[in-house]
Amino acid sequence: MTRYIARRLLLTIPVLFLVSLIVFALINLIPGDPALLFVGGEAGKEAVEALRKQMGLDRPMAVRYLFWLGRVVRGDLGKSVRDGRPVLDVLLLKLPVTVELAVVALTVAWTIAIPAGVLAAWKRQTAVDYTATTVALAGISIPNFWLGIMLIYLFAVNLRWLPPSGYIEPWIDPARNLKLMIMPATVLGTALAALVMRLLRSSMLEVLGTEFIRTAQAKGLSDRIVIVKHALKNAMIPVATVMGLQLGGLLGGAVITETIFAVPGVGRLAIESILTRDYPMVQGVVLFSATAIVFVNFTVDVLYSALDPRIRLVEEKA
Amino acid sequence: MARDGALPRIGRPRAAPLPTVGFRYFLHRYARNRLALVGLWVVGLVILAAAFAPAVAPGDPTKPDFVNLLASPSRGHLFGTDDLGRDILSRIIFGARTSLAAGIISVGIAMAVGLPLGLMSGYFRGPLDNFLMRLTDALLSFPFLVLALAIAAVLGTGLTKAMIAIGIVFTPGFIRLSRAQVLSERERTYVEAARALGASDRRIIWRHILPNSLSPVLVQSSLAMAAAITAEATLSFLGLGTQPPTPSWGSMLNIAQAYLGKAPWMALWPGLAIFMTVLSLNLVGDGLREVLDPRLR
Repeated sequence: MTRYIARRLLLTIPVLFLVSLIVFALINLIPGDPALLFVGGEAGKEAVEALRKQMGLDRPMAVRYLFWLGRVVRGDLGKSVRDGRPVLDVLLLKLPVTVELAVVALTVAWTIAIPAGVLAAWKRQTAVDYTATTVALAGISIPNFWLGIMLIYLFAVNLRWLPPSGYIEPWIDPARNLKLMIMPATVLGTALAALVMRLLRSSMLEVLGTEFIRTAQAKGLSDRIVIVKHALKNAMIPVATVMGLQLGGLLGGAVITETIFAVPGVGRLAIESILTRDYPMVQGVVLFSATAIVFVNFTVDVLYSALDPRIRLVEEKA
Repeated sequence: MARDGALPRIGRPRAAPLPTVGFRYFLHRYARNRLALVGLWVVGLVILAAAFAPAVAPGDPTKPDFVNLLASPSRGHLFGTDDLGRDILSRIIFGARTSLAAGIISVGIAMAVGLPLGLMSGYFRGPLDNFLMRLTDALLSFPFLVLALAIAAVLGTGLTKAMIAIGIVFTPGFIRLSRAQVLSERERTYVEAARALGASDRRIIWRHILPNSLSPVLVQSSLAMAAAITAEATLSFLGLGTQPPTPSWGSMLNIAQAYLGKAPWMALWPGLAIFMTVLSLNLVGDGLREVLDPRLR
């Protein structure tokens, strides 16, 4: 197991290196002067020249990359062009909000997806299955920004049941926090629920066709025990492995959701820094999101191998 | 010989035997999935509306009408008008052009770059394959939308740049898919036979392996097109894609947000248009997968 973890950890190094290279290239290989891009077209020549020196643009690209990478490894992601605050500090300030939103969205998604996926597989090719799969496909296809707008129109503008937008910390006003979270979490969780439901359905179908399920049924176990204790437990393994993918979806979805519902998280920070051309912040957010996904994928792989030793054995033999 | 009428007919006449290969077989299997068929009809309608937009649209999509600002749906304006009095139905019809262009061109870019790279990577293996796999690993680590937004932000606003950004983001998926196909095809007997006959690597890749690897690529492209249409609408919604006054479903929704209380129809129709088009493309993709993936037969 230790060998496997070490091997997987080693494999993340080239990926992280390439991630950093892409993020660096994103800003530095674009046509034009990065310093001019950073300060905007209105800045004077002297300001641009000063920034060029500060950014080390007079040095070769490879040297610049190494200096930048050295700073990033030490936790220095640069400073915001807008307000001079360190990028990492701003990211860490916004992160808890996005984490809260993601946790509520994941709860919403899994609460809907698991029973729906199990039911669709159990009642295969019946009206229940067709309804669940069609609703799931609709869930994947619905644009989340439209869903958000429609929910605001229905529940905030028309029915006045929920506040349209905003955020308050849960420790200040837990009830209002929950009210403010319902709509963004639903929007963020819808596509995820649909994805998990479809995956779980096909994974359940595969498990339900295996010998050990037939054995369990032959032993006279109730349907509930067969599904929950035997089938679901095994069917969840491949579903859990797409956690990295889900995190990517959540972070991407958070950009839209947080913008529509004025939630001050990392997603909204991303779009604000893009629209104000705060490139160090853009670089920081993109690097942070990709690194988070690489590590989640690594953790899921390790957990997966612990849950299912066959994976580890195959990889170790290879 | 007057066969008809001469013999008594019992039951239904025997139907011609169903084909088991070829295009007719494909059509027959595809048509068995009713939802996929509905999806195909809707996609067809959207394509027709986009192609004949000037003839189909009831009005000019960019011409303001200050007498009819925020007019609710009526016989004159079936979907109502927007904040500048422009006919929403006309903007939806012309907006289909933007969405379809975004879907087709971004997926085209991803395929044009991804397919050859994936084919070469899987066929030649070695350092090129190793490098490309690590590169796609890295690119796939970025949240799809965050990367598209960052690229669009760097390239600048506009439909063309948004399409390039979306195309770049989709490329690793096509590299991975075509590589996986080549890996399974290159060991087949027909490739060995071609090699034994002295066919060059180039010929084997393009004339033999590629045509045999196209099924999953076709499925992937229809699903990617659905995702690209949503991505373009998202970028336009955030102000980074199509710029006004060009009609685009995403930017129409962006404007609609400000008038949600007064004119909800401004938000309803463009969103519904995106939803229906994307859903239909996903249905087509699912239908194609069912027909083309032998494991699902």
